[in-house]
Amino acid sequence: MPQEYRLILKNADTPGYTPDLECYLRHGGYEALRKALALAPKALPDGKSMSGPEQIREDVKVSGLRGRGGAGFSCGLKWSFVDRRSGKPIYLICNADESEPGTFKDRQIIHKDPHQLIEGMIISCFANDVKLAYLYIRGEFPEGARILNRALKEARAKNFLGKGILGTAYDLEIHVHRGAGAYICGEETGLIESLEGKRAYPRIKPPYFPAILGLYQCPTIVNNVETLCAVKHIVAMGAAEYAKLGTPNNTGTRIVSVSGQVRKPGYFEVEVGKATIGQLINDFAGGLREGRKLKAVIPGGSSSKVLKAGEKYKLKKKGPDGKDVEQEIEMLDLPYDFDSLMAAGSMSGSGAIIVLDDSTDIVGALANLSEFYAHESCGQCTPCREGSLWMSKALHRLAHGQGRKQDADYLLKIADNIPGGRTICAFGEACSWPVQSFVGKFKDEFVARGEADEARHAAAGPGREPASTSKPQH
Amino acid sequence: MSTAAPTETKPAPPPVETIKVKVDGREIAVPKTMPDPMSGKPVATTMIQACNLARVDVPHYCYHPKLPVAGNCRMCLVEFGTPAMGPDRKPVLNPDGTPKIAKSPRPAIACATPISPGMEIYTTTPGVKQMREGVLEFLLINHPLDCPICDQAGECKLQEYSVEYGQATSRFVEAKVHKPKQVDLGPRIVLDDERCILCTRCIRFTRDIAGDDALGIVNRGSYNTLATYPGKAFDNNYTLNTVDLCPVGALTSKDFRFQMRVWFLKETKSVCTSCATGCNIVIGAREDKVYRYEPRENDAVNSSWMCDSGRLNYKWIGAANRITRLLRQNPGAGSEPITWTTAAREIADRLLAARPGSVAIIGSARQTNEELFLLARVARQVSAVTDSVPRTQTGDNLLVSADRNPNSNGARLTGIAPAVPGSNLRAIADGIAKGTIKTLVVFGEDVTKHGIGAELLAKLDTLVACDILSNPTTDRAHYVLPGCAHAEKRGSFTNGKGRVQRFMKAVEPRGDARPEWEFLHELVRNLNGQDGFTTIEGLFNLMAREVPAFQGLTWAALGDTGVTITLPA
Repeated sequence: MPQEYRLILKNADTPGYTPDLECYLRHGGYEALRKALALAPKALPDGKSMSGPEQIREDVKVSGLRGRGGAGFSCGLKWSFVDRRSGKPIYLICNADESEPGTFKDRQIIHKDPHQLIEGMIISCFANDVKLAYLYIRGEFPEGARILNRALKEARAKNFLGKGILGTAYDLEIHVHRGAGAYICGEETGLIESLEGKRAYPRIKPPYFPAILGLYQCPTIVNNVETLCAVKHIVAMGAAEYAKLGTPNNTGTRIVSVSGQVRKPGYFEVEVGKATIGQLINDFAGGLREGRKLKAVIPGGSSSKVLKAGEKYKLKKKGPDGKDVEQEIEMLDLPYDFDSLMAAGSMSGSGAIIVLDDSTDIVGALANLSEFYAHESCGQCTPCREGSLWMSKALHRLAHGQGRKQDADYLLKIADNIPGGRTICAFGEACSWPVQSFVGKFKDEFVARGEADEARHAAAGPGREPASTSKPQH
Repeated sequence: MSTAAPTETKPAPPPVETIKVKVDGREIAVPKTMPDPMSGKPVATTMIQACNLARVDVPHYCYHPKLPVAGNCRMCLVEFGTPAMGPDRKPVLNPDGTPKIAKSPRPAIACATPISPGMEIYTTTPGVKQMREGVLEFLLINHPLDCPICDQAGECKLQEYSVEYGQATSRFVEAKVHKPKQVDLGPRIVLDDERCILCTRCIRFTRDIAGDDALGIVNRGSYNTLATYPGKAFDNNYTLNTVDLCPVGALTSKDFRFQMRVWFLKETKSVCTSCATGCNIVIGAREDKVYRYEPRENDAVNSSWMCDSGRLNYKWIGAANRITRLLRQNPGAGSEPITWTTAAREIADRLLAARPGSVAIIGSARQTNEELFLLARVARQVSAVTDSVPRTQTGDNLLVSADRNPNSNGARLTGIAPAVPGSNLRAIADGIAKGTIKTLVVFGEDVTKHGIGAELLAKLDTLVACDILSNPTTDRAHYVLPGCAHAEKRGSFTNGKGRVQRFMKAVEPRGDARPEWEFLHELVRNLNGQDGFTTIEGLFNLMAREVPAFQGLTWAALGDTGVTITLPA
């Protein structure tokens, strides 16, 4: 059985560990920053030399670090897109708008080890010549914002921030900005709009790629909390060592939030791909409750496509001879990493596993999810604005005794008109993937619910309500 | 050599590099860059611009060529491909040597996606059709579908695209979202939020063009609602442009709503007369009644906009105090109707009989170039002193000119107005007072408001007044000539920047009224015995030959959007 590998959360839950600077320093805090700032230019074989910041950027690329916010995009590549010749300032924003249902990892870092995040941010800013950075934290984390502000104040007092950091010529300021409670502010361009004081309408890309035209139309990097913490560890341990953690192309550690119908919901930091979904549910999260059977798993935050218990997927694995071998893998045996989940038709997203056991009313569960997305759609572009509420209304009708047998197909047709580049941002996918996957994989239950409702209405006679309407069962 | 500048005085922009793209299989060379609608700076040409150049229509709601791109309606989604690149960064070729096209797995919005060399844009594939149908369905599910009572009916983009992408029946069985109805957005605008498709054209217009960040969206998702800041009215002088921009019936004009079904309106190309800008307009009229003005695109003058005050300045055309009878009046002894022929003969006789130097003519900078030209001929024949009445108020930075006359330049160029318009008015008043001026011909002005009061008018032997609405001057005239509104005749104006623009007749004149140039032509013939031109085309061309500033112009060459001349210093 794999064990937790606590890298980012190494100290967070240690008894006596406090979020203040003194405690962080006692545990080796800001040593990675000192190391980063002290990097000497490295001579290259071609006679050119590589500055310290360039070396860090290269290390992040070599480390294989992939974004922990949801998309799993290569962090090094993201940094390489930054327009460094525009003459404009480069901004870095820490996306602490952790809002994806089922996800509760960033708040552990923010609440318990804020200086680790700040150190990761300072190093990342130094690596990218950033002089001003923002920490965008969701409005529902008031305590987190207080903790971060306190930590920033401490860091400033010790000259980890501000002018001439630790005696170098490097200046940096970081400001905390609190959101007002909208999921869409976690979308990087929506976040940027919000930070600019506007309604968080995600921007169209092209032309508004943050790396070129981001905050205040300047080149901007937006990274997740956990990603920025990982940068600290890449600098501390070296890119090659970091890349040894996890599995090829899925390096490092990941904090996985497991919730739902398990005995021990919680967060577990594991090497990426070293634990399977089944191990995370059964070994780390204590398994299902007595007498329950697994029905489904939402593997990467509520927007990821649901995986049905017993499903099998064909995964390509490198065989001993280096060639790709196709392997059939049962759902619970899927390694919890970016590529395996993608191959299974879903995603590891924000690293949040939501477990549904056989007591779950699948219609009610989807109605609940859909209501969330209908409520959180910013409403800027047509398919998402109209489609998300339409699906939610149809699902609530179906969940409350007013279903029709064609509602399953009706829902699929609505959902199919939303994703795939039809919308400005990925929210279109986020709201339609659950519907596509739930209805697609549990179609018999949706159809049966509709048929039952029609039968009861028919028995009651035309124009009359049946005696009782079905309620979501729990 | 003609003094008429081709169109603009600024030099032609340098030729822009073109790139080749294919639209629905047809190759077309399009400019690599086109001017940004806001800054005018060259920016990469977009797919929708390339499609327009290829004359392929891409349906859209939020996109407007004169506004910043929003990309929110998703109606313009198209499929596309770009030349495939091999690992050696060289294009991959098909067996026949043509570049292999890698089709993008995701669609793109044509309004915001730049083109690239060799790109292929597909607008007619089943996938594109399906996306358009999907977007239209989404736009309609919460729409009230109240076309029978909607003012936009007939010019609604939802209706328009429903023809191609709509469904005969709706599969939507849920309760619709309800939003505010009949919202009093400002003094001239009513909003129906249920009809709004949230394209943000109005928001972008008032923020980025009118400079009044008055509109925004409140709430979230499908409950998104267009609104002003609580307690604030949407009230600038350009608000009604949002009614034109609104692709649906959400924003309606208080002035026009429920007045007329748009498909009954006859549309006539004309020019606004409320100031020297000369915004190009379309007059919507039915059965000789004007119902609305709308701006007509002319990038040399008004882009696609016009001000609210100019747009609503049409009611006088149908006013109750219109002069409709041609009358000979004896102040104090009543009046009698006469014919135009009689009027032209008697007035000519009086002018010819007048002692040289005793005639004054006050024209109007609201008259057309042609009328002023003929009036100047009359003046020359009888050695009359002439002038026109200036109207100066404050202008704005967008369209409203400080000069509120539509044709001050026409008055100046034809010689009716002196270099400083209005500077002869005092001398004319003095002449009447001293008795040296005994005959006064007034066109389109109430001179009692401009220093020539009733007591002076009473001293005249002959007062001829031509006007549209009765006023103290026409009340005292010996000859009252009913005039035509610009909407009732053809002619041309020369705007403040020297653009000569023609306008067409939208409605019939009232009563005895006839176009002033027709009467003036007859008067000139009675004075000098020479025939002129009896058509506006011929008259304009004659004027162009005789008035130096108009040299080289022809009526036909003015086209719908006019020609800019070089104004003499």
